[in-house]
Amino acid sequence: MRLLIGLLFSFAVAAMVGLGLTQFALTRGTAFGAITIGAWTAWPKTGTSDIDPYARAAIARSGELPIGSGDGVAFFASTDDTGRPLDGRCMVTVTGTTPAARFWTLTLYDLDGRLVPNAADRYGFTSQEISRRADGTFEILLTPRARPGNWLPTGGIDRYVVVLRLYDTPVGVATRTAKDAPMPAITAGACA
Amino acid sequence: MIRWLLWLLGGLVLGGIVHLATVLLLPRTATQDAYTRLAAAAPVNGIVPLPAPTPDEALLPFMDPAFATAVCRYDLASGPLQLRVPVSQAYTSVSFYARSGVAYYAINDRAAGRRIIELDLMTTQQRAELPDDEEITAADRLIVESPTPTGLILIRTFGPEPGLMPMARRALASAQCRTQS
Repeated sequence: MRLLIGLLFSFAVAAMVGLGLTQFALTRGTAFGAITIGAWTAWPKTGTSDIDPYARAAIARSGELPIGSGDGVAFFASTDDTGRPLDGRCMVTVTGTTPAARFWTLTLYDLDGRLVPNAADRYGFTSQEISRRADGTFEILLTPRARPGNWLPTGGIDRYVVVLRLYDTPVGVATRTAKDAPMPAITAGACA
Repeated sequence: MIRWLLWLLGGLVLGGIVHLATVLLLPRTATQDAYTRLAAAAPVNGIVPLPAPTPDEALLPFMDPAFATAVCRYDLASGPLQLRVPVSQAYTSVSFYARSGVAYYAINDRAAGRRIIELDLMTTQQRAELPDDEEITAADRLIVESPTPTGLILIRTFGPEPGLMPMARRALASAQCRTQS
């Protein structure tokens, strides 16, 4: 009897720990081969045959097709530079410069990878659409209400992810620091 | 007390094994992976343009709305595949995904270096069976080896601004993906 209870206890612990870890690893993303620059994180290896088992399981589960490394690299940000989650009801600015690339796109998604709904039907910018300052830097405003300048509507949703994709770029598996890849700053401001 | 700690320890070790096993087995059992999602929309060995993603409807998560996308779902059982993609004015890329969604090869218009990206896709075995002389005449063609007999090819053209999206979609229309006879 004691043996049976012990076994059941062990199996319960195993199931909880095992499945919990798997769920956690697949939804939160893993640190293998990640490049983190400021609030941005990219997994360039996920776009190659060298993809790790965790990323492999994660894409099988989400149905995503990761961007191939011969095509470009995608940087994800779900927080501002201080680590606060991005809130669609607040004013968020993305300012600065981007790493060398033929062009880039910046897009807003909800946490499941769907485009953020908004009345303007505008989901992102490309590097050729935005207006820049005289020194070549830019400022993109993410707010629920319309703003002059490079404005992207957040539709007032709770949480979202900003994805900056660099195409035809030297940034990749060999990139380590912000010196190789100067990413724009993400700053949160006042909330509505 | 010690006995319970031992049972707990055993449970933790077993939990680690369960964790590794589920991570490794999950790709085989996934029912919502990209290949399955596209199977209904895309015929085998032909090209279909994918509808532009919207907040309500997108065939795949995290699609880039600045691109026009077409997909060729391939099956190499009946022979190697020939891919012909004329490049658009802005940017064109071709990405190859194995059955599991692993991106094993990608090339863009600049790397291809000409107005048309031309590729032969085959399995390792089909490549080995190529007659020697044919391989020489095929030297100026790019040969890509697929790790799995089935998979996906994503052809994407860039629309630098919304007004240029129709042009990007038109550029996709003349792409070809078919088995060699």
